[in-house]
Amino acid sequence: MSDAVPAVNGGRLRVRKTYKLYIGGAFPRSESGRSYPVRGADGTLLAHAAQASRKDVRDAVVAARKTQPGWAKATAYNRGQVLYRVAEMLDGRREQFAAEVAAAGDEPSTVDTAIDRWVWYAGWADKYAQVAGASNPVAGPYFNFSLPEPTGVVGVLAPQESSLLGLVSVIAPVIVTGNTTVVVAAEERPLPAISLAEVLATSDLPGGVVNLLTGRTAELAPWLASHRDVNAIDLTGASAAARPELQRAAAENVKRVYVPRHTDWAADPGTSRLAAFVETKTVWHPIGV
Amino acid sequence: MTAVLPDVARDNASLRRFLSGLPGVDQVGAEARAAGLFTRSIKTTAKAWAIDTAIRMVDLTTLEGADTPGKVRSLCAKAIHPDATAPPVAAVCVYPDLVATAVDALRGSVVAVASVATAFPSGRASLEAKLQDVRDAVAAGADEIDMVIDRGAFLAGQYMQVFEEIVATKQTCGPAHLKVILETGELATLDNTRRASWLALLAGADFIKTSTGKVTPAATPPVALTMLQAVRDFAAATGDARGVKLAGGIRSSKDAVRYLVMVNEVAGERWLDPGLFRFGASSLLNDLLLQRHKLATGAYDGADYVTVD
Amino acid sequence: MAKFEYAPAPESRDIARLRASYGIFVDGEFRDGAGEAIKTINPANEEPLAEVADAAPSDVDDAVRAARRALPAWSGRPGGDRAKYLYRIARAIQERSRELAVLESLDNGKPIKESRDVDIPLAAAHFFYYAGWADKLEYAGFGPSPRPIGVAGQVIPWNFPLLMAAWKIAPALATGNTVVLKPAETTPLTALTLAEIIAEADVPAGVVNILAGGPSIGEAIVRHEGIDKIAFTGSTEVGKIIQRTTAGTGKRLSLELGGKAANIIFEDAPLDQAIEGIVNGIFFNQGHVCCAGSRLLVQESVADELIAALQQRLTTLRLGDPLDKNTDIGAINSAAQLARIRELTESGEAEGAERWSPPCEIPERGYWFAPTVFTHVSQANRIAREEIFGPVLSVLTFRTPAEAIDKANNTPYGLSAGIWTEKGSRILWFANQLRAGVIWANTFNRFDPGSPFGGYKESGFGREGGRHGLGAYLDV
Repeated sequence: MSDAVPAVNGGRLRVRKTYKLYIGGAFPRSESGRSYPVRGADGTLLAHAAQASRKDVRDAVVAARKTQPGWAKATAYNRGQVLYRVAEMLDGRREQFAAEVAAAGDEPSTVDTAIDRWVWYAGWADKYAQVAGASNPVAGPYFNFSLPEPTGVVGVLAPQESSLLGLVSVIAPVIVTGNTTVVVAAEERPLPAISLAEVLATSDLPGGVVNLLTGRTAELAPWLASHRDVNAIDLTGASAAARPELQRAAAENVKRVYVPRHTDWAADPGTSRLAAFVETKTVWHPIGV
Repeated sequence: MTAVLPDVARDNASLRRFLSGLPGVDQVGAEARAAGLFTRSIKTTAKAWAIDTAIRMVDLTTLEGADTPGKVRSLCAKAIHPDATAPPVAAVCVYPDLVATAVDALRGSVVAVASVATAFPSGRASLEAKLQDVRDAVAAGADEIDMVIDRGAFLAGQYMQVFEEIVATKQTCGPAHLKVILETGELATLDNTRRASWLALLAGADFIKTSTGKVTPAATPPVALTMLQAVRDFAAATGDARGVKLAGGIRSSKDAVRYLVMVNEVAGERWLDPGLFRFGASSLLNDLLLQRHKLATGAYDGADYVTVD
Repeated sequence: MAKFEYAPAPESRDIARLRASYGIFVDGEFRDGAGEAIKTINPANEEPLAEVADAAPSDVDDAVRAARRALPAWSGRPGGDRAKYLYRIARAIQERSRELAVLESLDNGKPIKESRDVDIPLAAAHFFYYAGWADKLEYAGFGPSPRPIGVAGQVIPWNFPLLMAAWKIAPALATGNTVVLKPAETTPLTALTLAEIIAEADVPAGVVNILAGGPSIGEAIVRHEGIDKIAFTGSTEVGKIIQRTTAGTGKRLSLELGGKAANIIFEDAPLDQAIEGIVNGIFFNQGHVCCAGSRLLVQESVADELIAALQQRLTTLRLGDPLDKNTDIGAINSAAQLARIRELTESGEAEGAERWSPPCEIPERGYWFAPTVFTHVSQANRIAREEIFGPVLSVLTFRTPAEAIDKANNTPYGLSAGIWTEKGSRILWFANQLRAGVIWANTFNRFDPGSPFGGYKESGFGREGGRHGLGAYLDV
């Protein structure tokens, strides 16, 4: 078994990391006790990752739901600052991530794009409402305004083929508007995801805002898709064949379902992922003395 | 008793109209004012004065199912001599069936005996049962009675019923002074806190008190602000100064000192007196003693240097 | 002697790391201005703080040239890069917040409580907010690829020195402009320290230039042919001069000028909070606020009760050493400003209004003015019409909503207004009727980088803050 990051002084034995799940701000093993081998692009064994079960999905949803009201109530400025802090922490660990991402078979330069993407989304926290909200000029003596509000708990199937940049691109837009999320990491490339979880855990991000599960997407996705306490689901990481069944399961509680148009992670993300996970609330109030 | 504002308590509808006519409390504004008062920096001599004053305002409390005479005696000893140099506290607060033990243990000291009563903490019992509770405590020698209002009746809009229970309790107190616990955490809004404060003051409360300490949230800065404004306004309207007791959740000296700033700047310095302001607390006293040590010696202190009781 | 005497609680002056002299910042370098060296003083005790080498017109030329040279590269950079620079500045302000707060209080005279809790945090937040727009301009509602105007000349006042610098620099840089900024003559220190922060952030030379100086330097900036856009915050009188001067030159202009805001209290207002709003409205920052609630319009039915409660509340205000953490009212910024306040208050008495102040111990040295309330004021009095820019409140009454609106709007100014009532529909009706750029309902003096700020009528034009604040710096 090789070491994902080479020894600095040739010959020193490394202290190998155990890759666990990230739920409610803590790093538990899977309640099922299972793990699975993760291999690098060149086939070498990198590590074992926890293989999450449906009960881990259940626990993650509970954690996400518990934290969601507090996260949504935080000021937009505060959320923006927390996300910017994540970018600071990521930037500090640039070299580590470049190595992990390369071992997974991705371009190391995607790490810089991932960090910049995080900064981009941090800046949306206190602006999205100004772009998506409106004061509506109705035909009567009423003050009428529309505001975007977070939908709640969002299940996300991270893209299979981009271990960090794609992962960041599906997580950040969900949480910046006040949602919390349960993310299923790329099945064959889960290690950068758990390192990202370590970054999140040291960034003042409240536990439970992001919950990260590693394991078999096909096993975990249906449990997220059918869960009645999940408000929306992003099917990016699901195979084309699996999507129809997941969409049917999502209908159980009329989940908002997001299917991406493209997966060019280098491109400008636009605002569709921000819009997909907010609800528009419109308020009326009479005007008069 | 209600001669001061004669007609408002003639029936439920009038009382409700009066209470609803009181100025509203803007929650955000009240929280901001309280937070602003809490930025006052109280140091050196001012801090020493505040800590000693706070100690003298403590109602040292034990209200547990597991209370025993031994526990109460130990608490009373602490109340009289919190440590070698600190002043005694204002009162000890216990359940009615332990009043006699407290009276005995505090005999000859300046520390008063306060008793909860009226089916504390829930208040859910017949009026007769609640008044008997008060009679028992007074007969056993309690100087002060801490009653609870019927929150269910208040929230259901039965203001006259709440009012009449306070009047009846006050009569049953005889010479003992009456604190009325509003249980502001259950009343939920600052508007309700203001209304319940006025209701209790009109009905004859000597003190209005935030909480039983058994429900969270208990005493909070905006609640304390609202109640201090109520006694201030009541005094301005009637000439009669009544007191405020904050209970529940006040554990640190820092909190206590901050609340004294609030008393000073909102109600006025007349209320900086154990006769008009109290802290209902248990662990607060030890933190006050620790801070007192630090001020005297200059070094931070630890839990080993104050007694558990 | 009071029962509870608050002992002195002084913030440490050393934290400000005050230097003997400060240079101006041109083309990425600190240097002595070619103008006079002046001493900036502490208005709380009239003692000199530091020497500042004022700029001369030649420095203005150098700065404008440097800004012009830096412009193509700066505006050509990806927005994400400009964002990162601005985030660095925001973070640095947060890191050095205590130092900046003390320096601000020393130079300006405002209480440390305010510079610490309001000025500095808002300045950092402003940079943070606009950083996030730099790479999202296509979403801001100004078209698919909005361009910067070019080189911006920015002249700011003495009442919120660092905050005003943030309000000017952040949006200008986010949108790709380069700037030449002049802080007020009496308060240069935090702006020049911001220059250090900007240099440490590795912002390319010439993107930001900061010159200390007086009105002649301000004029040199306004008149300079190499400047494309002027942003000015200050008095209406000077704003008009600038508007006249720039007429016909093609220079873009935004002005944030004076005010005489009405704070309207109805009998059903949450009275205790309304009193806080009144106090905050006129005594925050010693009343040196363009949007100060300097006219209290109170419903006649509740006027006596309110004024009595207000006077009671004012007795708890503490006037004194700005570095004492318990001080509520600090020093007036300059002898000139103090003279203006005195002149206007004397006119108030002369014109028949009734004057009242809580008892206040005024320090021997320094520039001080006790909080003052005038009742029995009529609309025609000078103290009801002219901006005093000091801790002086003029109280008028009204009977009906229509009368309140008429009186509130009856002024050439239109920056802000306050409305206090429990009735929602009335709040919204007043919001519709009041001719003011910022309306505070059941609150006052709330600022946020995301909230557009600016006036109607002679209070100026253009908005700072929010998505709208980008408009002042885009060529659209």
